[in-house]
Amino acid sequence: MPKIHIPTPLRQYAGKQAAVEVKTGSIAEALSDLVTQHPDLRRHLYTDDGKLRAFVNVYLNDEDVRYLQKEATAVKDGDTISIVPSIAGGR
Amino acid sequence: MLKISHQDYAEIRRHGEETYPHECCGVLLGQMDGDVRSVTSTARCGNTRTDSPQNRYHIDPKELIRIQREGRARNEDIIGFYHSHPDHPAQWSQTDLAEAHWVGCSYVITRVAQGKADATHSFELQGTDESDKAFADEQVEVA
Repeated sequence: MPKIHIPTPLRQYAGKQAAVEVKTGSIAEALSDLVTQHPDLRRHLYTDDGKLRAFVNVYLNDEDVRYLQKEATAVKDGDTISIVPSIAGGR
Repeated sequence: MLKISHQDYAEIRRHGEETYPHECCGVLLGQMDGDVRSVTSTARCGNTRTDSPQNRYHIDPKELIRIQREGRARNEDIIGFYHSHPDHPAQWSQTDLAEAHWVGCSYVITRVAQGKADATHSFELQGTDESDKAFADEQVEVA
């Protein structure tokens, strides 16, 4: 099964797990499976109108899904999905 | 509280001196135990904000994924981040808060004055989501 790596701040909403196994299909389906298994994650990943939050980066293996087929990107058995909130700032 | 070794503390401050007058940035890896974050290694990152590196930083998520993967192999988690403020106080800015999304992690800021690392302070990002997040002063134990 594909695996989604959960960043440290969101693990408390994912049963304290560092990774969650999800169904194959598309990125949208994999993420949907994730929030079905762990509903508390939903508001941290999605806006009220159901869009992925702008600061949430989703990578399939080492590629940003925005540069693949976005949420329609196919996810196969053995793939690794990473959720990476952005890190930025400055004075 | 953030616990960090003398060696790692010196390393993140030296990084800020090396990139001066630009901001440096990097990742703190280690273990979280309740409110105590213990650093066991640090990872330097490139600052992708080449348009304004003297007052902005951004870490390429791809670099972060690699660091996260390498950390997992050593049983380390990402527990915080560091960056420098060239010729500016070691205090979080509105930009720092707006761009901070790793609740429960430490954000360490070092003032680099005229090329020399000056004060270093750490702030824990607290809150339950984007609407109530806030930085809280955090004790740093260098040992």
